[in-house]
Amino acid sequence: MSAVVAEHDDHHDHGPEKGLLRWIITTNHKDIGTLYLVFSLAMFFLGGAMALVIRAELFEPGLQFVEPQFFNSMTTMHALIMVFGAVMPAFVGLANWMIPLMIGAPDMALPRMNNMSFWLLVAGALLLASTLFMEGGAPASGWTLYPPLVLQTGAALPFAIFSVHLLGISSIMGAINIIATIFNMRAPGMTLMKMPLFVWTWLITAFLLIAVMPVFAGAVTMLLTDRFFDTSFFNAAGGGDPVLYQHIFWFFGHPEVYVMILPTFGVASTIIPVFARKPLFGYSSMVYATASIAFLSFIVWAHHMFTVGMPIAGELYFMYATMLIAIPTGVKVFNWTATMWKGSMTFETPMLFSIAFVVLFTLGGFTGLMMSVAPSDFQYHDTYFIVAHFHYTLVPASVFILMAAAYFWLPKWTGNMYDEKLGQLHFWLSAISVNVLFFPQHFLGLAGMPRRIPDYAVQFADWNMVSSIGAFVFGFSQLLFLYIVIKTIRGGTGEKVTDEVWEDASKHSLEWTLPSPLPYHTFTTPPKEIPTEHF
Amino acid sequence: MNNDTKQKNRKLVRNLVLIAVGMFGFGYVLVPIYDVFCDITGLNGKTASVAAAETARDIDVSREVTVEFVTSLNQAAPMAFRAETYKMKVHPGQYYTVNFYAENLTDKPMIARAIPSITPGLAAEFFTKTQCFCFDEQSFEAHESKTMPVRFVVDPKLPKKYKIITLAYTFFDNTELTAKKQK
Repeated sequence: MSAVVAEHDDHHDHGPEKGLLRWIITTNHKDIGTLYLVFSLAMFFLGGAMALVIRAELFEPGLQFVEPQFFNSMTTMHALIMVFGAVMPAFVGLANWMIPLMIGAPDMALPRMNNMSFWLLVAGALLLASTLFMEGGAPASGWTLYPPLVLQTGAALPFAIFSVHLLGISSIMGAINIIATIFNMRAPGMTLMKMPLFVWTWLITAFLLIAVMPVFAGAVTMLLTDRFFDTSFFNAAGGGDPVLYQHIFWFFGHPEVYVMILPTFGVASTIIPVFARKPLFGYSSMVYATASIAFLSFIVWAHHMFTVGMPIAGELYFMYATMLIAIPTGVKVFNWTATMWKGSMTFETPMLFSIAFVVLFTLGGFTGLMMSVAPSDFQYHDTYFIVAHFHYTLVPASVFILMAAAYFWLPKWTGNMYDEKLGQLHFWLSAISVNVLFFPQHFLGLAGMPRRIPDYAVQFADWNMVSSIGAFVFGFSQLLFLYIVIKTIRGGTGEKVTDEVWEDASKHSLEWTLPSPLPYHTFTTPPKEIPTEHF
Repeated sequence: MNNDTKQKNRKLVRNLVLIAVGMFGFGYVLVPIYDVFCDITGLNGKTASVAAAETARDIDVSREVTVEFVTSLNQAAPMAFRAETYKMKVHPGQYYTVNFYAENLTDKPMIARAIPSITPGLAAEFFTKTQCFCFDEQSFEAHESKTMPVRFVVDPKLPKKYKIITLAYTFFDNTELTAKKQK
């Protein structure tokens, strides 16, 4: 299987640059993938620390640790950093690492642009984080940045807006690169319908990004001109309408949340067949379901704003359109279940995280379905119920799958096996604490506790305390993940892994036909055979 | 990477960048689309911005509609603002006048603008005003208070399902903005 490395010629360089400069000027897709992943892990801990500030304050009723203004900054920054700094870049990192390997390409199509999009991300994130130290504090309007509230932000407003521009440009460049790679760099014989699902989901995600990130950039630019150049896009006194912002924002925002979940589906569809030792139950139905979800994401945005006073016809349209999403999503969930059905399953850490994903994502999906019902949404709107919903679809879904992906591919990347015992400990700590953390928030929301408040009525005290305990256990459990990753990079259990790492993995996808650890350059000549197990 | 692939990449990137730039523009196009859409459907409860002529209408004495009045101030504008009554029962087709009181609480002249909104939004087209302080900017001397009548009629064609109409006014302190525009 190592025929590829044997035939390098002398004109190519043999490995990476020496020293720190390697990481700054690199155009190698594996290096950039690593940079993205390390950066997103750092942001995950930064955003997590902010979440713990929130949960510490909410441990008891009353104001304990922080001022309300700073508390609101924490909810806003936690969301922005987790969305734009942690989850999205983590999937871009995986895309950088895995897409060229999975389609048999030597690198991404546009390596220099790849480097630039990473460093723009760092610049954007630093700019965003710097607002914490500005006069008037960081943005405190919630990550949706609704006017007129957001226009009351202090000195931080233009910086926050420019950081959104930078983050947007970075992800658009990343998306363009991914599309170009998938369209133009596939190995001979790798037709579109033979691509692994992770590649398919990213292709569709990249199109979503190109379609909606510019719209968001436009919306925040309107905020900027409203505040500094006396335009009145969202100012009713000048003939504008603040509700318009909500429409534009959610036209971006709903596809945006699918940007975070579609690659998750792709990774789950990659991991589950390997450990079920079966082909994926329905490959093409997965592709079409992904495309349907992406299409539907553009026509359901106003379900985020059922309470703004839409006429009944509007409420009904957005209600039914939203319910439609449950169909392709159901296709996916049944697909994963059917893939596991009668499989020879084993329960290594990546599989455990993937199974937890299927169960808990479905739970998050069901609460989504509850909120799609417009009349009952009036009760859930802006309460902890919505907080519980989207955290279930993000943390035990996207984040768990990112963990699964790390355990799944780290042995391939490093050539070292992670510590399975510690991995399983990390899984059980996370899986239990994440439910202790978020499940009680359903009860709080249904009982009427509003989101984004630093203090609350005493009737909510008990479940908030439980939730906070879960939060701290979950947060500190992730330090174990950090330890496991570092330990694996430094040699792991000492056991050298085989080329395919997992039993028969090479039947599923091309990366497992390469040597472990992966050489710096791979597929300089295209692979001769395309694995077909995922049909 | 051979030249053929490079060529293909360049073309694809150009097209994708064009899509991204186009979508940035689309975000701005949404603004007029929204206005036109709201205009046609009357979704957002905007009332006419100019006075209608007072014409005699058939009064439907058999029917009563409750009209509620809500007053608020944007970003704690330094004013006092209230309606003489919170709600009144009206017959469709009959003209009514209700007084609003506003006072400038500062020591300086002020220019303020009231923005009306009707809930439910679709009832807005059946609510006609022949006189309103919201048609123009209002200027106040320091500590000046004003009584501002609103004369309105509810169209008898108002669909039967609407029993309550809420008319909300928000006063915006526009002193700075107007001064800037006049420069």
